[in-house]
Amino acid sequence: MLSTANAVATFSHTPETADDGESEAVVAPPSPAPAAAAPSKELPVRRLPRIVEAAGEAAATIFPTLVVIAALLAVWQFACAAPTSALPSPSRIWTESHDVIMHPLKGVTFHGIVPSVEDGDVGIAVHIVTSLRRVAIGFGLAALCGIGLGVLIGQSRLAYRALDPLFQVLRTVPPLAWLPISLAVFQQAQPSTIFLIFITAIWPVILNTAAGVQAIPPTYRNVGKVLALNPYQYFVKIMLPATVPHMFTGLRIGVGMSWLAIVAAEMVQGGTGIGFFIWDSYNSSLLTDTIVALVWIGLVGFSLDRIVGWIGRRIAHQS
Amino acid sequence: MKNRSYLALEGISVTFPTRNGPFTALDQIDLSIEKGEFVALIGHSGCGKSTLLNVIAGLTKASRGVVFLDGEVIDRPGPDRAVIFQDHSLLPWLTVEENVRLAVDQTMKGSRAERRDWVRHNLELVHMTHALGKRPAELSGGMKQRVGIARAIAMSPRVLLMDEPFGALDALTRASLQDAVMDIQAKTNNTVVMITHDVDEAVLLADRVVMMTNGPAATIGEDLRVGLPRPRNRIEVAESRDYIQARAEVLHFLHQRFSNPADQAAA
Repeated sequence: MLSTANAVATFSHTPETADDGESEAVVAPPSPAPAAAAPSKELPVRRLPRIVEAAGEAAATIFPTLVVIAALLAVWQFACAAPTSALPSPSRIWTESHDVIMHPLKGVTFHGIVPSVEDGDVGIAVHIVTSLRRVAIGFGLAALCGIGLGVLIGQSRLAYRALDPLFQVLRTVPPLAWLPISLAVFQQAQPSTIFLIFITAIWPVILNTAAGVQAIPPTYRNVGKVLALNPYQYFVKIMLPATVPHMFTGLRIGVGMSWLAIVAAEMVQGGTGIGFFIWDSYNSSLLTDTIVALVWIGLVGFSLDRIVGWIGRRIAHQS
Repeated sequence: MKNRSYLALEGISVTFPTRNGPFTALDQIDLSIEKGEFVALIGHSGCGKSTLLNVIAGLTKASRGVVFLDGEVIDRPGPDRAVIFQDHSLLPWLTVEENVRLAVDQTMKGSRAERRDWVRHNLELVHMTHALGKRPAELSGGMKQRVGIARAIAMSPRVLLMDEPFGALDALTRASLQDAVMDIQAKTNNTVVMITHDVDEAVLLADRVVMMTNGPAATIGEDLRVGLPRPRNRIEVAESRDYIQARAEVLHFLHQRFSNPADQAAA
């Protein structure tokens, strides 16, 4: 079972890089396997500088995840070991999609730090960037309009009664159901994809912002009234900072949903983007490429979620 | 034209619509307060004292009646009637200095430096300059309320309204804040309306104790002048005959004449 060892070894590469700084600083012999990292951090930690302690804690958090991943890979490898297996095993993915895994920046040449992309066959990272750019535009618009509409229906009872039922119905429409309409209206792939992102991401932003505005404690409103703040001052000095946590909950859900939508939209429309990449690899019977793309999508979606969450926390602390 | 007091409430009634028909919280309240007077409003919970304060603040509209301040009709909230809220209601995302600064920027003209100095001066009055850069969450309840007081007096209001300002504090903290209020009052000579349900607090701080009957349709039951000389010291005052008598009168009102809503309904 050379292939099993191969797969596990591939993955155990990650833990070593993750806690490299820690394990090397803590104990002289670098841990050969993730299992060795846990006991190694126990003893010397008390006398070590704070940064090492922090690294140790991080390792302790990551370690269980790594064990589970390794176990899943092992089971997967074992179950799909037969060459006739419909689902390719991890080792087969590694060999067959080696090029996709190792050359995500194919087709990109750097002039200094400025990248230029060639036409035709490009690496998976280029597709991801294309998709991210669409998400940035669509989600940016959704955030702006969503916060605006959310403030409106959160602030005005009349607007809430008028619009909330509408929003509640529209938000249940799946992204792809908008696609025919979007294509018919915009005629082109790019704007209709962006519209799709927009229409998917806007609902949670609206509804969470509105909930946040409605949840502003009456005493803050009274402070605004006693100080005779004008509507603009009230918005900037009280409503916005009081609503930021809710707003970012909405934005976080929204960014996740737009990432879901972009992949679906690109699969249908073709051309460029990670969704297209998946569809293309399926049509070319390159299932291993699809699985690699899946991992990329997951990691990028996770990062988007964390980035928006982090920005939210930063703003909530500062404002 | 009538010769009105500085702050004059004339025939104030407040009725709220409820599911079981209109509810009259306040009924025909007349109250005249002179400039520089410190008036304590006392009464049982639910008697509508907060409603009355909110009417003066302009946060609640009277169903009938008018409030005059210095001859002008009051119909909306404004910084000339600063409110010290029971829950301090400092904005948690602003520092101590910024909270006071927000109020000063709204009410004071003048250069940045002047406004900054005024913020510092008022925080000095409540002994909170050591916490300028702290956020409310880092302060104790008493400290928060000190900042709340600084914010209110920094607005140089024509009337200072206090809505049970020390209700949420423990007895010792409350005493030290009462002393702080007496100190500041001696310096600023504000016109103050304070809501309380603490008899000692009312008698110690106020020039007049206005006692409210039980709701619904509450009105003013008695208006007692506290003739104690100032400055007042809580320990010396506690033994004086005037204090003991004033205290006894308020207690008698609250616990015998208007001890519970059933008596009120009969009256």
